[in-house]
Amino acid sequence: CRSKPATARIPWRPALSFSSSPFVIFLHFLYKIMAVHGPLVKIHPVVLASIVDSYERRNEGASRVIGTLLGTADKHSVEVTNCFSVPHNESEDEVAVDMEFAKNMYELHKKVSPSEVIIGWYATGYDITEHSVLIHEYYSREAPNPIHMTVDTALQSNKMNIRAYVSSQMGVPGKTVGVMFTPLTIKYIYYDTERIGVDLLQRTRASPSRTNGLTTDLAQVASAAGRVQEMLSTMLSYIEDVLSGKVMADNSVGRYLMDLVNKVPKITAEDFESMLNSNINDLLMVTYLANLTQAQIALNEKLVVL
Amino acid sequence: GDRLNGFENGKTQLLCLCVRLQVVLKIIKHYQEEGQGSEVVQGVLLGLVVEDRLEITNCFPFPQHTEDDVDFDEVQYQMEMMRSLRHVNIDHLHVGWYQSTYYGSFVSRALLDSQFSYQHAIEESVVLIYDPIKTAQGSLCLKAYRLTPKLMEICKEKDFSPEALKKACIGYEHMLEEVPIVIKNSHLINVLLLDLQEKSTVADKHELLNLSSSNHLEKSLQLLMDRVDGMSQEIVKYNTYCRNLTKQQQQKQQYLQRRQQENTQRQSRGEPPLPEEDINKMFKPPQAPPRMDTLLIAGQVNNYCQNIKAFTSQNLGKLFMAEALQGHSS
Repeated sequence: CRSKPATARIPWRPALSFSSSPFVIFLHFLYKIMAVHGPLVKIHPVVLASIVDSYERRNEGASRVIGTLLGTADKHSVEVTNCFSVPHNESEDEVAVDMEFAKNMYELHKKVSPSEVIIGWYATGYDITEHSVLIHEYYSREAPNPIHMTVDTALQSNKMNIRAYVSSQMGVPGKTVGVMFTPLTIKYIYYDTERIGVDLLQRTRASPSRTNGLTTDLAQVASAAGRVQEMLSTMLSYIEDVLSGKVMADNSVGRYLMDLVNKVPKITAEDFESMLNSNINDLLMVTYLANLTQAQIALNEKLVVL
Repeated sequence: GDRLNGFENGKTQLLCLCVRLQVVLKIIKHYQEEGQGSEVVQGVLLGLVVEDRLEITNCFPFPQHTEDDVDFDEVQYQMEMMRSLRHVNIDHLHVGWYQSTYYGSFVSRALLDSQFSYQHAIEESVVLIYDPIKTAQGSLCLKAYRLTPKLMEICKEKDFSPEALKKACIGYEHMLEEVPIVIKNSHLINVLLLDLQEKSTVADKHELLNLSSSNHLEKSLQLLMDRVDGMSQEIVKYNTYCRNLTKQQQQKQQYLQRRQQENTQRQSRGEPPLPEEDINKMFKPPQAPPRMDTLLIAGQVNNYCQNIKAFTSQNLGKLFMAEALQGHSS
């Protein structure tokens, strides 16, 4: 587990080396601006799960699937909350996208969540092809400044690379204008309940049949306690390392540790005892009442049947 | 409810339910974005039946019902959605529906009717109940239910009188049966999960170890009390019915006896006996109160009690843990 709470970003800042040619420096500068001025893309895991699912269901012979991304956009960021796949045909020299279908689906989705708008489109696969440019043009008509997301389901680099791009014009004005796709930073965000769901489902990775049942209540508390224990032992080993000089002490980590220790409330033993007892009594009383009610209705049932 | 255990009447029964990751996430998202407070959100489950398993591979939500949306046609929405999904190779077999619940209150007439119509059309349908409040407390709470075959029979007959229910021996525990859920993911989804875990920050909210319980307990107990009140009303109704019935029986007996006496008196005096009157028309039997509502309330109360007990046992565990922790430092 990580000990620093900073968000993990996919870094995309190429190192600026002063010995390169002016053109390269200019390009780096340009990319730097783009990466800063492009919107931050926040993705919910439900979108990725849907994309993987549509990839698994693709037609015979289709090498990739495309679809529309729905969500909300504001000044600095774009939040992708939903998506649906759109049937399309792609061959060497042409590409055909079923736009009627896309429109229909969007209308249907709008009925459920009226606040979601088209903010871009996705494609599985690693590269951006010329066909992508055409499709991107179509989507530019549907949404202002659409983003394009690629999900590498073929696992070219042994990982599912998820990237997002925004297109911008490139070239000399007056002559042929090209399109450049500039990358954007991606962040995964979750609703609390989504996070809990995903954490539970992480366990399917461990089981060989890729299945996982939902556990009983006390078992969940036990596993949560186990997790906290793990985190504590990680921290302890880090502290030992720092004390023995193996690892350099990091001030920010030290401050967090200080906060943590201060958070444990200082209560006298009697106060704690009384608090604990009253809570336990409440819970026991409620359990007793619940059992009583259940016995009552069972009894009532039997009496009626007589 | 009961767990299924194998084959019954020669028909294969559903042994378990396989749900995919994206169905779970979509249901969670639907409630999070469109559900408010105690309103329920609903949607349709799509999938297929494989041997003895029901696999749920996709789902889509239903829009909320608003009064100003009179021209919204639910059936048409559903048909269009299914047609479109078929184009992209998504299973378009309706295998059930899902609903969110508020503190576990879902045993109602509406649910029964909907599930009955689904199960009537497709035998293996289930209703997935998602409890967002319990999930927010730290663990995903998703349960699948079907109507028991006995209850299906009764719903088909539409006969809810006490005698019919007595004959069928249905208790509130035998109305709904729970189907165990298993989450099954493909390898690609596992790769995705790995990627997500690496790139996401560590969750900073550990709701499962939260010690505060009074809010939740209060709400649950309040709902329980309401239902118990409803239950007692039903019981009172039933008792009055029973009393009326016995009173009427007594009156009938008395009338018959008086009739007999008069007839013997008349015979002894040589007069013709009084004409036989239709006794049933005179003493119309009181209307038996329908037992279905009582059963539903009983089932609901049972559900509440079980939820409360699970919650209290969890909290007791947490309190003991806190005690152990404090014991070490003090």
